Amino acid sequence: MKIIFHMLLRINKKCTFAPNFRNVKKLRYLKDMVISNKPLRFIIATFVACLPLMSFANQEVDSTQVHVEASHEQVAEGHGEGTHAEPTDVKSKIKAFIGHHVLDSHDFSFTQDDETGESWSVALPVILWDEGLHTFSSAKFHHGKEVAESNGNYYVINHHDGKIYRTDAAGTITENEETGFPTNIRPIDFSITKTVVSILIAALLMILLFSSLAKSYAKNGGIAKGPGRIFEPLVVYIRDEIAIPNIGEKNYKRYMSYLLTIFFFVLFLNIFGLTPLGINATGNLSITFALALITFLITNLTANRHYWGHIFWMPGVPKPMRIILAPIELLGVFIKPFSLMIRLYANIFAGHIVLMSIIGLMFIFKSWLGSSLSFGLAFLLSILEILVAFLQAYIFTMLSALYFGSAVQEHHHDEAH
Amino acid sequence: MEIPQIIGAGLIVIGAGLGIGKIGSSAMDAIARQPEASGKIQTAMLIAAALIEGIGFAALFAA
Repeated sequence: MKIIFHMLLRINKKCTFAPNFRNVKKLRYLKDMVISNKPLRFIIATFVACLPLMSFANQEVDSTQVHVEASHEQVAEGHGEGTHAEPTDVKSKIKAFIGHHVLDSHDFSFTQDDETGESWSVALPVILWDEGLHTFSSAKFHHGKEVAESNGNYYVINHHDGKIYRTDAAGTITENEETGFPTNIRPIDFSITKTVVSILIAALLMILLFSSLAKSYAKNGGIAKGPGRIFEPLVVYIRDEIAIPNIGEKNYKRYMSYLLTIFFFVLFLNIFGLTPLGINATGNLSITFALALITFLITNLTANRHYWGHIFWMPGVPKPMRIILAPIELLGVFIKPFSLMIRLYANIFAGHIVLMSIIGLMFIFKSWLGSSLSFGLAFLLSILEILVAFLQAYIFTMLSALYFGSAVQEHHHDEAH
Repeated sequence: MEIPQIIGAGLIVIGAGLGIGKIGSSAMDAIARQPEASGKIQTAMLIAAALIEGIGFAALFAA
């Protein structure tokens, strides 16, 4: 590495030149050879440009033969008995890769060795309630290959839907012929899965960050220093552009803490999802459902008379129309938070899938041109994803503020709505 | 991914694209008329675009 570093530095230094009265006339033509006057940026750019070479790193020519034979045997033995073939060709490897990034799992796995099947991962606890509390580490599942035993009950992860079912010692899952769903009993699953770990990390990060930020204000006499300089404009923006215009001067303080929490929570979770760790919290319907549910509860539980009046008996509309519009408005009360949930979920989920597919495309085109182009596309798409992360957090917060504003609206004396 | 699904997805993209395009074009006209209000116009445009995209994604899910 150091050799390459010094070589690059020397290449770049040869091309740049510092104008000097003695050599300025002779060497003026060398000015055209400047690639970049900032050597560090040049080196980083060269490194990034060589990254598509990694697509040649995987060698699967020899191992596919062995894997294909083994998988044939297993398939012949027992179809759907809990063991299934390892992914061999590129397409199913890419599917497994996308699945690892986008779906939830009971262990936090960082990387996997394709040849030996060994994986570096942290096994997370599995907590089940099945007439009694069962707690065990997900390492007992051995990545879905074995039956875990706990206090006399046996549990297995079903391969099709990734959920835990109670089985007997052999791990049989009996499927319903019509629907294809297993008929085994499902215990209530309170496990700490990868998504739960990610939201706990985000929450911890927020607590530490903002409490230290608050303390730094007291120390520095009301001026932000360090990380406060990034967060203060954001917080002030949320207060002045999102909260006050939508909720109004009188009541905005009650909702400020929730709006700030939502904004930074969604933002941090979205940005965690862009890392290679495979964390996909906001792309999970349950998480966005919980956030939208809290917005729904806060809106409807702190609403005043005028809010309900505007829904059921809206002023400024002829009486027969009001009877027709009331059910639609009532439906709207539920659909608005529902759309919050779907919007955040679909944006982040779809973005991740497209991004991972394009990265996988890099391994399908095993050529100079194809891989570099798909790498470039993936890079640009990642930048777009950062914009989407901010935008979706902002939109969620703004729409929540809008709904809160309509919940605490004052009585208008004009009738034209 | 059968044919009706693909046609449905295409129609959804047409609808969302038309909607956001119209918003974008009127936002550009407004900014051209009053460059000093461009901040507010940008904000409003982003909000409307996000709402339309919300419907687009929800429909894309059903299809």
